[in-house]
Amino acid sequence: MERTALDLWVGAFVLAGMAALAILAFKVGNLSSYNVSESYQLKANFTNIGGLKPTAGVRSAGVLIGRVTEIKLDADRYEAEVTMSIDKRYQFPKDTLISILTSGLLGEQYIGLKPGADDEMLKDKDVIKQSRSAMVLEDLIGQFVAGKAESAH
Amino acid sequence: MPLIRSMRNIGHRTVDTIWRVGFAARFFVLILLNSGMSFRRFHLTVKELFFTGVMSLIIILVAGLFVGVVLGLQGYETLKSYGSESALGTLVALSLVRELGPVLAALLFASRAGSAMTAEIGLMKATEQIAAMEMMAVNPIARVVAPRFWAGVISMPLLAAMFSAVGVFGGYLVGVVFIGVDEGSFWSQMQSSVDFQHDIMNGVLKSFVFGIAVTVISLFEGFDAPPTAEGVSGATTRTVVQSSVVVLLLDVVLTAIMFRGI
Repeated sequence: MERTALDLWVGAFVLAGMAALAILAFKVGNLSSYNVSESYQLKANFTNIGGLKPTAGVRSAGVLIGRVTEIKLDADRYEAEVTMSIDKRYQFPKDTLISILTSGLLGEQYIGLKPGADDEMLKDKDVIKQSRSAMVLEDLIGQFVAGKAESAH
Repeated sequence: MPLIRSMRNIGHRTVDTIWRVGFAARFFVLILLNSGMSFRRFHLTVKELFFTGVMSLIIILVAGLFVGVVLGLQGYETLKSYGSESALGTLVALSLVRELGPVLAALLFASRAGSAMTAEIGLMKATEQIAAMEMMAVNPIARVVAPRFWAGVISMPLLAAMFSAVGVFGGYLVGVVFIGVDEGSFWSQMQSSVDFQHDIMNGVLKSFVFGIAVTVISLFEGFDAPPTAEGVSGATTRTVVQSSVVVLLLDVVLTAIMFRGI
């Protein structure tokens, strides 16, 4: 085969491969929703995070505004310390309530932010004071059973 | 004594296998050391890219489409019983991008391009073309082997990406167009669960490793083949068998490293 035709075919092949990668990245994967805008960090402590994982979404009013970047155990207080990066376009009041929610009955867990009414806004690396932990099914059942037993007496 | 004979047999096979692995590793290093020419005279590599990449294109695309269609059908059947048909996109995309794309593309690549490479080099050796090159002070590793190696390593991730992309399209075709899963949830659930770094880049990394493994095995078998008709045919068979086993084995190792459920 002639060299120019060969080059043409190989060029088309490489371009098609790159295009396939781009399709995978943008159409199949989540690269299109990656935040290129600047973000700031917020922290919160929970007594129990349930099944929350890093890269889980942070939502307010259902809108994705950030992601969980790090989860570790605060060894002094034996509480989970969750770090999130939030899109800089969205600011939240100081008395925002943070809770761990579940999408659907058995879906993945995410963080919900419910803004308060404070005039002061949370800044980078601030800690959100009001937090509500994940619902653990066993605890709920335990409470329910205990309640039943008490009302039977 | 049959016992002693069989023990001797086992010993011989073990030593032989270890010798071959060591020889293949030295061959791999030799290819890397003699890679200069593949990039200085890039048209050598381009020519091999045509034979390994472009010529494998049709089988990869057709196989990818079929695998995607089957995943769509089977996934729908299973997910239907949990009432979560909308997760079909996630199922198809994750299985293709993480596993089936790199692995099946590598298996097809081994049988389509790898066997051809082995037969070609084995025959070059049998007809003493390789020896002739050495006589003319042309390094056969740099002139014949290294361009094929780089062509395989470059084309493998591209082929795997095309396999996955076409497979996702096949799943879409069957799930959304024929069965009637909601198009919006098909794509949005897929996009929310397929992570670019964790899933797609790990898949690309896998196919890159498979590309190295398959081409090194193919080239080594070809270069090591006894210079007879039987020798070349045996080497071609060994290429396909060994490449397939090594690809699946490497897949286990890589998956265990990449996806530990963290």
